[in-house]
Amino acid sequence: MNYTRKDWLLAGLSGTALLIILALLAVLLGQIVMHGAPTISGEFLSGSPTADMTGGGIWPAIYGTVFMTLLMTLAGVPVGIATAVYLTEYASSRSRMAQLVRVAVNNLAGVPSIVFGLFGLGFFVLFVGGTLDTMVYGEGTAPVWGKPSILWASLTLAVLTLPVVIVTTEEALRQVPKELREASLALGATRFQTVYKVVLPNAVGGILTGVILAVSRGAGEVAPIIFVGAANFLPYLPTDLRDMFMHLGYHVYALATQSPNVDAARPTLFGTVLVLLTLTFSLNFLAIIIRSRTRATRT
Amino acid sequence: MQTRGVDVFYGDAQAIKAVDLDIYARTVTAFIGPSGCGKSTFLRALNRMNDTIEICRVKGEILLDGYNVYGKGVDPVEVRRRVGMVFQKSNPFPKSIFENVAFGLRIAGMKDKNEVAQRVEESLKGAALWDELKDRLEESALGLSGGQQQRLCIARTLAVRPDVILMDEPTSALDPIATARIEELLRELKQEYTIVIVTHSMQQAARVSDYTAFFYMGELIEYGDTETLFTRPSQKKTEEYITGRFG
Repeated sequence: MNYTRKDWLLAGLSGTALLIILALLAVLLGQIVMHGAPTISGEFLSGSPTADMTGGGIWPAIYGTVFMTLLMTLAGVPVGIATAVYLTEYASSRSRMAQLVRVAVNNLAGVPSIVFGLFGLGFFVLFVGGTLDTMVYGEGTAPVWGKPSILWASLTLAVLTLPVVIVTTEEALRQVPKELREASLALGATRFQTVYKVVLPNAVGGILTGVILAVSRGAGEVAPIIFVGAANFLPYLPTDLRDMFMHLGYHVYALATQSPNVDAARPTLFGTVLVLLTLTFSLNFLAIIIRSRTRATRT
Repeated sequence: MQTRGVDVFYGDAQAIKAVDLDIYARTVTAFIGPSGCGKSTFLRALNRMNDTIEICRVKGEILLDGYNVYGKGVDPVEVRRRVGMVFQKSNPFPKSIFENVAFGLRIAGMKDKNEVAQRVEESLKGAALWDELKDRLEESALGLSGGQQQRLCIARTLAVRPDVILMDEPTSALDPIATARIEELLRELKQEYTIVIVTHSMQQAARVSDYTAFFYMGELIEYGDTETLFTRPSQKKTEEYITGRFG
């Protein structure tokens, strides 16, 4: 193809922009891998942090992150998928209710994550937890439910990831051709059978991709859980839903700002970042694989 | 099947005006007319497929064995089991050939494996597909040719054992050879089923149907046995249409 002068200019500009992004990413990842990799060892991955947080391992943080992510997925994803199914398959396009829910979902997606943290503290910890405490144990006792815990942190993040799940699921459901729904209905399927046997199986790739992206975003969020359950330092693993927990992202924040000796904590810091990135990248990678697989089978 | 004073509305626009039509059992009835005349809309009213379109309303009576399919307490799902439909664009499910045909049986709750397999075989034979596909039942239906896909859709409809089969321009996306095979199939199927076919091709209507209904601008202009309608139409509009003066 022949390039005119304007084409060269545009190609040059966009190429430079691309290079800048790639270079930034390379430097960022390079730094992390270079400083973090030497720290990674079996002991680092399986041990507990030492009291001054300069040494030891990060197993409680890995465990806490995974545990919290699982709880968050269990709590949020079914609700999100059900909402999307309702919006695309059941609600009338003129329904006020459906329009309201859509507006709410879009606004929810734009709320800064720290606000979700405050909401979690106000609603889950103080209101739900506090009310449970007064109902079960009476007024003025030490809080059992009404304090930050892994349960409330997971629920807060579930609310945070809800819009992503809903929007991507809706998108996936809408991609199922109308012809398939009609074929199913014309064979005497009820609407429920059509959704369950035709629409959902054909949208499952898109839904899974969305769910994994939402989960990977939730797994890396730190701001919302500062108030509702993440612990600065906790050498034991959470065994109860009402326990607090350590979190990789929050651990990074703590190491960088709260450690008594920031310089001594640096290798641990980079190691932790590397582990966190590996976790979220592998989730994203999984999403990409699933997406390309379902694309291949659909043609 | 009979229809009495059937009106169909899309929002405020009336797509079908007061259609009275008797469809005879074990015959092929063709609906012809220019694009947008309402023939497909009317066809979709017969098995309540229009229910899925929110702004669509149907008035009047459509009687199946004397019962109004739009009557109170009538389940549209039950209606569609008895009045099956084949669409313009073949729309097999992205599943195996076997599972496509078995779909209607499974959703109707048929569990017995042998019974399902037997019905699938019978339906594929009914759609003249068995000999071609009996060794490929586990392959994806999406790998079939257009004509085979459309016959698979017919087989899928046969599996539910409907009384009436509605076909909405079933050959409009097919080549002449595939079309001829479907037309041949229609002649065999009418031994057992009542068939209503919408077609944009007058030649096709003349070739396959026993009765023909001519629609124009949402109204039923003329209805009668195919030979009479094509050789001695009683309405001027029909004559103009079949002689190609408009449409």
